[in-house]
Amino acid sequence: MKQRKLVVISAGLSQPSSTRLLADQLSAAAGRAAAQLGVTAEVQVVELRDLAHEVVDHMLTGFAPAALKSAQDAVAAADALIVVTPVFSASYSGLFKSFFDVLEQDALADKPVLLAATAGTARHSLVLEHALRPLFAYLHAVPVPTSVFAASDDWGANSVEGPLRGRIERAATELAREMERREPATPVDPFALTESFEDMMKSL
Amino acid sequence: MQFGIFSVSDITTDPTTGKTPTEAQRIKDIVTIAKHAEEVGLDVFALGEHHNEPFFSSSPTTTLAYIAAQTTTLQLSTATTLITTNDPVKIAEDFAMLQHLADGRVDLTLGRGNTGPVYPWFGKDIRAGIPLAIENYALLHKLWREHTVDWEGKFRTPLQSFTSTPRPLDDVPPFVWHGSIRSPQIAEQAAFYGDGFFANHIFWPASHTQRMVGLYRERFEHYGHGSADQAYVGLGGQVFMRKNSQDAVKEFRPYFDNAPVYGHGPSLEDFTRETPLTVGSPQQVIERTLKFREYVGDYQRQLFLMDHAGLPVKTVLEQLDLLGSEVVPVLRKEFAALKPAHVPDAPTHASLLAAKLAAATEIEIGIEKEEVQA
Repeated sequence: MKQRKLVVISAGLSQPSSTRLLADQLSAAAGRAAAQLGVTAEVQVVELRDLAHEVVDHMLTGFAPAALKSAQDAVAAADALIVVTPVFSASYSGLFKSFFDVLEQDALADKPVLLAATAGTARHSLVLEHALRPLFAYLHAVPVPTSVFAASDDWGANSVEGPLRGRIERAATELAREMERREPATPVDPFALTESFEDMMKSL
Repeated sequence: MQFGIFSVSDITTDPTTGKTPTEAQRIKDIVTIAKHAEEVGLDVFALGEHHNEPFFSSSPTTTLAYIAAQTTTLQLSTATTLITTNDPVKIAEDFAMLQHLADGRVDLTLGRGNTGPVYPWFGKDIRAGIPLAIENYALLHKLWREHTVDWEGKFRTPLQSFTSTPRPLDDVPPFVWHGSIRSPQIAEQAAFYGDGFFANHIFWPASHTQRMVGLYRERFEHYGHGSADQAYVGLGGQVFMRKNSQDAVKEFRPYFDNAPVYGHGPSLEDFTRETPLTVGSPQQVIERTLKFREYVGDYQRQLFLMDHAGLPVKTVLEQLDLLGSEVVPVLRKEFAALKPAHVPDAPTHASLLAAKLAAATEIEIGIEKEEVQA
């Protein structure tokens, strides 16, 4: 079995959180789909609520305090991400965006990402396409084709074997395929010397 | 080992009184602070360079020359001199001039500056920050070492048969430290020339400093200037002290909470844990500072940031008293006991001149030997 790291980022704020519920269902489905392809996915969940103060501190001081740094390192080392945000004012939440605002540059480059969101009504579902997808395109990530949106209705009776279940399985399978066909991620070290002094002089 | 203070020259409202010093007052105060640094037995005073409010220090060599005239042993330095937006010709001339006036008590720390709008004011582009630092210093280095310079580069008009004046005192260029928080290219540049590397070490976690100093030391050895542990390392630091640590925390907290750089962000306790900031008793400062060498190795220069965030000048002078009487004497003794003999001290004009004369004598002896053999 290949070993791959899957990091799940949940920006839900309440307890219990439907955002976290969707995140858990997506990561379980991705784990199963990966196993079928001969990949063991080691899952780590990052709850942004726990890091909210540190995210703002990073914005103000320019460096990540310890717990946030550890989450950022996990993201950089991940072979794939599942990101789930609640919809606030017709977009991703401010906390969700802020977490990605303070990541190291290129931390998400070429990283497969499953995009997901939750809201009270299905009328917000295109947030995935007009807000999340452009954000992750800008970050040079590789969002899988299927993104998953869950409104309050979806958590009703039809969620177990209904349309939401189908979307979760399809998106999870797409993410698992990306994990399977790629080499393990190699995080960028911002302190590594990439050019010698002679190279710097030559490139002037 | 050298101990001293550095100032970023901010003019900040005292959050406990709501009073803001005038530029005139703050400029006079910095002179008082520098003179007091010498009085309490510190070795170095370094001054920043800024071209925007709320800072006053746009012309460090002017201020340092005035301080030089009123001191006798204090080493004068910068924190930092902008190698990106200043013309290297002017840096060469200003600091050579200062060397003569200060009888050689001069070195400087180069930095790129972190204020985006400053670059266009001087006709430069911040996106070229690293290339500007590389090219400008290459010219500065040459101007101090060659009498007549022909030069052509990307960022400045060419020079033909140019001599920067005055020449460095005794033809010994001031020692240069290169300052950087997290740009490996600058550690590489410092290592290439065998110059010093100064790590900010104030607003950032110790892990940044450890990585940058480690890289600088490794490359210093790679370029053949000596072993990695012989490279020249300087560190910043930030402390606030009272006899009782609780008094220090209570008094410093409003200044911390409203400070221009980190105010309204992390708590004092968080920031103390995450960065080298120490707020407490002199003994706590001694213990924390002695630990710095555990992650950077034996180093040559320790500068503390003492006058900032609106602290009244009276408080700053009291801080210097504590630093000079209780902290630095212990640190000097402890660091000296730990430092192996082959690790050099920070270069000074006197040591660089002595090394130059020794090298010249060796060449003469070599020539005489050849003559005898012939």
